[in-house]
Amino acid sequence: MDIGQILIALVWIGLLGAVFGAILAYASKVFAVEVDPKVEKISGILPQANCGACGYPGCSGYANGIVSSGAEINLCSPGGKDVVDKIAEIMGVAAKDSVAMVAYCACNGTKENAKNRFEYYGPKSCSSAVFVSGGHKMCDYGCLGFGDCVEACLFGAMGMGEDGLPFVDDGKCVGCGACVKACPKGIMKMMPKGAKVYLACNSKAKGKEVTDACIVGCIGCKICSLPKTTPSGAIKMNGDLPVVNYDIEDTLTGAKYKCPKGCFYDKGDESKSEDQIAKEKEDFKAEEAKASEAAKKAALEKAAAEK
Amino acid sequence: MNITHLVMIAIGSIFLNNFVLSRFLGICPFVGVSKKLDSAVGMGMAVIFVMTLASFVTYLVYYYVLVPYSLEYLNTIAFILTIAALVQFIEMFMKKNMPALYSALGIFLPLITTNCAVLGVAILNIDSVWADDGTHYTFIESIWNGFTGGVGFTIALVIMAGIREKLEFADLPESMKGLPIAFVTSALIAMAFLGFSGMKIM
Repeated sequence: MDIGQILIALVWIGLLGAVFGAILAYASKVFAVEVDPKVEKISGILPQANCGACGYPGCSGYANGIVSSGAEINLCSPGGKDVVDKIAEIMGVAAKDSVAMVAYCACNGTKENAKNRFEYYGPKSCSSAVFVSGGHKMCDYGCLGFGDCVEACLFGAMGMGEDGLPFVDDGKCVGCGACVKACPKGIMKMMPKGAKVYLACNSKAKGKEVTDACIVGCIGCKICSLPKTTPSGAIKMNGDLPVVNYDIEDTLTGAKYKCPKGCFYDKGDESKSEDQIAKEKEDFKAEEAKASEAAKKAALEKAAAEK
Repeated sequence: MNITHLVMIAIGSIFLNNFVLSRFLGICPFVGVSKKLDSAVGMGMAVIFVMTLASFVTYLVYYYVLVPYSLEYLNTIAFILTIAALVQFIEMFMKKNMPALYSALGIFLPLITTNCAVLGVAILNIDSVWADDGTHYTFIESIWNGFTGGVGFTIALVIMAGIREKLEFADLPESMKGLPIAFVTSALIAMAFLGFSGMKIM
């Protein structure tokens, strides 16, 4: 046993280690990347859900974005107003309001309402089914019901209903938009949390083509967008499908009751009984009748006065 | 520079003796990072990069530090030390100078610091002897072996990722989902690559 050999081995390995250590220590100084302490602080207050709603890769990505590229501070949906205020404090700017959004399914093509073109036996995924002539629903724009949106939800806010349509739990939905991206037909859309009425149809077709495929589809009659129905102008037609502008405050009851196909869904109806819903409809019709009577009377009186 | 040797190394490392499918080195990232095609490609790129550089540096360390002092038996320790330091250095360099590249494959670098594929290629470069003239790998041949080994790894990883993405939609028994079916798939791909053995290049 030669002590010399052992010593040489120890010395050389030790030397290698020391040299590499020194190089790394030097490198850590030379290649040091300055991290602004604000990034750490902001990263700390973000909810760490890493959902990507803000458009940045994860919460640390958003924190970086705010500090280095001046991203808007109100992009975090799950964080809400609290987070926006705290970020504003750290960045020394005035806090801006962010509107809490929730997702909804713009389709009422349940198994009863909508017809199928053919039987589909492929992979049970919407993004796969859509490759087979646009899916098994006769309506080109309808929900295929395999739940890619439900899979995409990171917050457990979605489920697949018995009727073949997904449902959203407003309490759990943080408005991250993952379901919107997951749906290959663009049926999942966003609306403000407080709003109650939405259009449960995505069909850009009109008339007979729609009624052949689905009994509750939007036929493009444009009644909802008329000033008589929605005086505030919150509903505008995009071709044969209405688009609701939620920035304009409007309960949309006119559109809800006047739509001949009943395409507008009212979330408020979920907590009311059938009788109550029927009564409210009767009340609305009565109001309309009274208003049109009064208008006719006024027109007659005006005509008489002019004579 | 023996071109025949280089061609043999290329075909050998990519098809005949694929690091993952024939030598069974680097199975951890192969099964772990192959769920999505994007991350698989990123991982593959990182492995090519590290394997090439590791071959470069370990060759120098072996022939200029270990051999002159008869310390060949310390190659495993010396190589691990070298590779770990090298990867740390690369990470720091990339983070500072190539932020775009860093955000693409930076997270994979710590994963492959002591990946047995990287250590494997370093040791193979030292141990391999040419059948035709009895010499060891030269410097260029070692680096080339590292590079093509990485390419072979990437090819295997991309094939695996492509298959696993499709497997997500398959109707499997609960107990087979995830890792079990991944192993069965790897075995089948390895068997397919067995078909390359016995290829005569010269």
